[in-house]
Amino acid sequence: MDILTLFVVVPVLTVVALIFTRNLQQARLTALTGFLIQTAMAFHLVWKYLAERKAGNNDIMLFTKDALWFPDWNIHYSIGVDGISVLMIMLTSLIVLAGIFVSWKVDDLPKEFFISLIMLASGVFGFFISLDLFTMFVFYEIAVIPMYLLIGIWGSGPREYAAMKLTLMLMGASALLLVAILGIYFHSSADGNYTFNILEIAQNAHIPVEVQKIFFPLAFIGFGTIGALFPFHTWSPDGHSSAPTAVSMLHAGVLMKLGGYGIFRVAMYLMPQGTQFWTDFFLILAVIGVVYGAYAAIQQTDLKYINAYSSVSHLGLVLFALLMLNKVAWNGAMLQSLSHGFITALFFALIGMIYGRTHTRDVRQMRGLLKIIPFIATAYVIAGLANLGLPGFSGFVAEMNIFMGGFLNNDLYRKILTVLAVSSIVVTAVYILRVVGMMLMGPPKEEHKNLPKVFWYERTAIYILIFFITLIGILPFWWLKIIEPGVENFLKPFI
Amino acid sequence: MTDFGYTLWIPLLPLISFILLGLFNRFFKEPGAGYIGMLSLGISWLLSIYTAWQYFFVWGPAEGKYEPVIPFKMHWITFGENLSIDMGILIDPISVMMIVVVTTVSFLVHIYSRGYMHGDEGFARFYAYLSLFSFSMLSLVLSVNLFQIYIFWELVGVSSFLLIGYYFVKPSAIAAAKKAFIVTRFADFFFLVGILMIGYYAGTLDIETLNNLSFIEKIITENQGIVFMGLSVLTWALILIFIGGAGKSAMFPLHIWLPDAMEGPTPVSALIHAATMVVAGVFLVARLFPLYYHVGDGFALRVVGVVGAFSALFAAVIALTQEDIKRVLAYSTMSQIGYMMMALGVSGFEGHEGLGYMAGMFHLFTHAMFKALLFLAAGVIIHAVHSNLMKDMGGLHKYLPVTSWTFLIAALAISGIPPLAGFYSKDEILHAAFEYSTVMWFVGFFVAGLTAFYMFRLYFRIFHNKKTEYAHPPKEDSKFMTAPLIILAVLTFFVGWVFTPFSQYVTPTREVFHYEIHWTSPLVWGSILIGLAGIGAAYFFYFKPTEYPQKVASAFGAGYKWAKNKFYMDELYMFVTKRIIFDKISRPAAWFDRNIVDGFMDSIGNTTVWISEKIKLIQSGRMQEYAIYFVYGVVILILIFYYYNY
Repeated sequence: MDILTLFVVVPVLTVVALIFTRNLQQARLTALTGFLIQTAMAFHLVWKYLAERKAGNNDIMLFTKDALWFPDWNIHYSIGVDGISVLMIMLTSLIVLAGIFVSWKVDDLPKEFFISLIMLASGVFGFFISLDLFTMFVFYEIAVIPMYLLIGIWGSGPREYAAMKLTLMLMGASALLLVAILGIYFHSSADGNYTFNILEIAQNAHIPVEVQKIFFPLAFIGFGTIGALFPFHTWSPDGHSSAPTAVSMLHAGVLMKLGGYGIFRVAMYLMPQGTQFWTDFFLILAVIGVVYGAYAAIQQTDLKYINAYSSVSHLGLVLFALLMLNKVAWNGAMLQSLSHGFITALFFALIGMIYGRTHTRDVRQMRGLLKIIPFIATAYVIAGLANLGLPGFSGFVAEMNIFMGGFLNNDLYRKILTVLAVSSIVVTAVYILRVVGMMLMGPPKEEHKNLPKVFWYERTAIYILIFFITLIGILPFWWLKIIEPGVENFLKPFI
Repeated sequence: MTDFGYTLWIPLLPLISFILLGLFNRFFKEPGAGYIGMLSLGISWLLSIYTAWQYFFVWGPAEGKYEPVIPFKMHWITFGENLSIDMGILIDPISVMMIVVVTTVSFLVHIYSRGYMHGDEGFARFYAYLSLFSFSMLSLVLSVNLFQIYIFWELVGVSSFLLIGYYFVKPSAIAAAKKAFIVTRFADFFFLVGILMIGYYAGTLDIETLNNLSFIEKIITENQGIVFMGLSVLTWALILIFIGGAGKSAMFPLHIWLPDAMEGPTPVSALIHAATMVVAGVFLVARLFPLYYHVGDGFALRVVGVVGAFSALFAAVIALTQEDIKRVLAYSTMSQIGYMMMALGVSGFEGHEGLGYMAGMFHLFTHAMFKALLFLAAGVIIHAVHSNLMKDMGGLHKYLPVTSWTFLIAALAISGIPPLAGFYSKDEILHAAFEYSTVMWFVGFFVAGLTAFYMFRLYFRIFHNKKTEYAHPPKEDSKFMTAPLIILAVLTFFVGWVFTPFSQYVTPTREVFHYEIHWTSPLVWGSILIGLAGIGAAYFFYFKPTEYPQKVASAFGAGYKWAKNKFYMDELYMFVTKRIIFDKISRPAAWFDRNIVDGFMDSIGNTTVWISEKIKLIQSGRMQEYAIYFVYGVVILILIFYYYNY
């Protein structure tokens, strides 16, 4: 079996194995084993990818496989990866791995929890390897639906409301997306041999400009909703705050990346003229998301809301960068996707750990955590500094690529929007330091004096995430080397 | 040809120390952590001195000009053909001078902290932060690329944040740390936009290329047409970059964080908020001096000069009225940095014209020594009497003799009394200002008098004045603390005339220029006399407890009150952040999101529910109704069928 399919098969096998487990201990060990294998494979894939590129393989997609599964509509199980999907796969494996460590002590229905979590992950992996629009869409839905269960059953607060809202909004977006996919399909070739294959559609380049103008916004909003595009982001604060820790990590860390990834792979690549027609408009929405998300975050008191709005702001930058349509900005968009994945997962993991100890997420109810749980609090400071774009961490390199890319456009309009987006770095510093100052510093509260110290599994999760945040931040050129060929290939329709 | 490859170790050693102390914090206790820090900085210091010697004397100028050396450079992120973020080391007169300043002060502060932080539970953490700061600051001054400066600029900012907030249990320290970070970050936003503009309009961020005169000419002609509000786009970029520098160097109106930053431990104030980080803005302007001088006929440089002169005066006036000794020193720092900025602003480019630049850099050097000394002495005093306020002091001369004498030397130096360090640099600045404009000279001259006055107000009130009764007799109990004082005092004493030649290597064109003091000139005598006058007035007012200060204060009335309240700058900022940004932008944004955007999404859901509520009545479950609907349906279908067919 080829290596890419294994990325779907291993999670499915893990789920099957989980069905036979009897208690928490067995369930978590099974899940952990499955994902240790998955992570090892992800690293292997990165290594194989690099070897392949080094050997001079300049195909757009590597390790491709193709099998017809629905002949009437010409739907294929068609897979392949480039550097960007390889890194996304790595990100997903690592975040799920960290998520399993964080959920080490899940009390409630552990088996079912891990099954849903890993089901979700398998959908994500399938999405990242697919080259066939329909198959991609199927995997996308597989990733979205378990979310309802995960929030509805294991969540906290108004969880039914949040789960329903999240699912409905994402489903609504899926409907738009499906229309767009069908629109693309029925214009995919001149001779009536319609296809769902992304590479073939791009090669045919047959979709008329007028059609692109209609379907591009549908695809953009369809993917944009999960990528927290303003004003379709409101599922995110409620959804994240109600979701259990590992789910928030996976959702904010990976699922929200499907938006930017889908826009990049599908909406922009297949409809370049449509893109150019609509960029000026969507850029405004993206910049509003960046600035407004940051301002809204200042006012929040719930840690998860702060982080959710911060995600709106930082993922707004991904969309912003994609709409800038140049290599530097796109490199930045990809780095930002990775970077935000690790940082936000770290945030949610830490918030979960803090909530598990203090039973509150209200920043006003906590004080002086640096004195009580120094390890977790220090990790929180690091996550915060990474989030506000401190050099040495991943956020900085991503943002600098994005800002530079935005500014490298010739027109004044984009330069002004870039300056507006840059202004978010100040606001980000405000809301991060506000939390650090209120919650971590100061004299500790009496009732929090005896909180348990960090456990080994929590420590492991923190180390994994921080390690990659700094690795991207210190060696950006290494990651860019993987990303760049993909960006260059997908930029071709615009040059 | 000398190989400068080893200079890479100058920033790397503190980095190693930071990684050791930061990651393995738990394994290091007092005093081990301190010795690791001291060792790494000590070696860095030796290497810096060696580099200076090698560069200035062994390697030497070629035809009277020092060529830059780049022993190490790599592309870190590549944006385009010439546009990239590089990491590297640039050795030239300014950077060599800066590494000597940074490592000297940092090394002494490392030693001093061994005594000052004795018994503190975060001892290892403190040394880790100090090392992080030293690493970032050294990398900043050695930068080859404008973006590299920005990167380490942010890192020194965060080290400063961590160190100001070192006593993180104290609410005032937390507030001060946050304020420092946010104000400087606000300034950095402009800096970053300036960098982006330079990147786009000049096409490169490489410092050597940017400072190349023919390249400057080329970009000026290329961007001639792009004008905004009468200034060319490059001028704007330079002004924006200067705003970044003004934030870090606490220039008016971005100075408000510096006095509050005194919440940090005193060694930190000496290192970061007096000698090194706060002069980064001066360094930045000096680093890009050819650009500042040539672009737009030096408009941006004039802005630098005016802001500097105003800040110098503004801060000196406030310093007259403050009661907290560290705050007096903080405003004094701001004032002296304003002096340096002013010196750069009045400078020309070549030969004698470049005197302002030379003087500014020389003042940076001497100021680092005597201001670090003043802060470290203040640290000893605070340690001894457990208070920052002058009213709790007095008559300390007999308890703290070493501190008293060294403080006196530093105070004389900052007042510009020959032959101490400050005299030479201050004299050069005044000379350069005089040749530029009489107004600038007069501001500088007046500030010199104020400086002497507030410095000796401080000195007399701490060490003489009234005899305070102390619960515990204050004493200098640590050799680690007094030794750096003595070393710095010696440096302050000699650096002016021994190292005057040293300053002559640091010129805008990198050509050696010899400047001699004209002892007969009235300018020189004027600057000495105003210093003496300030000291005399302070003696008259404060050597013994007198009524005069009260009387003068009430004579000035509202003016005194304004100055004492720092001209209400803090209140102004509070108003803008709290009342405008928080209440008028942020809160409405959050409300809008919850109620309008989300409300709209919810109402879509609610409408769907409402519609389904209405139409579900049709499905009643009663067979008779279904049968009727069925019959009606069939009848209608038949009618339609007939209508179309017949």
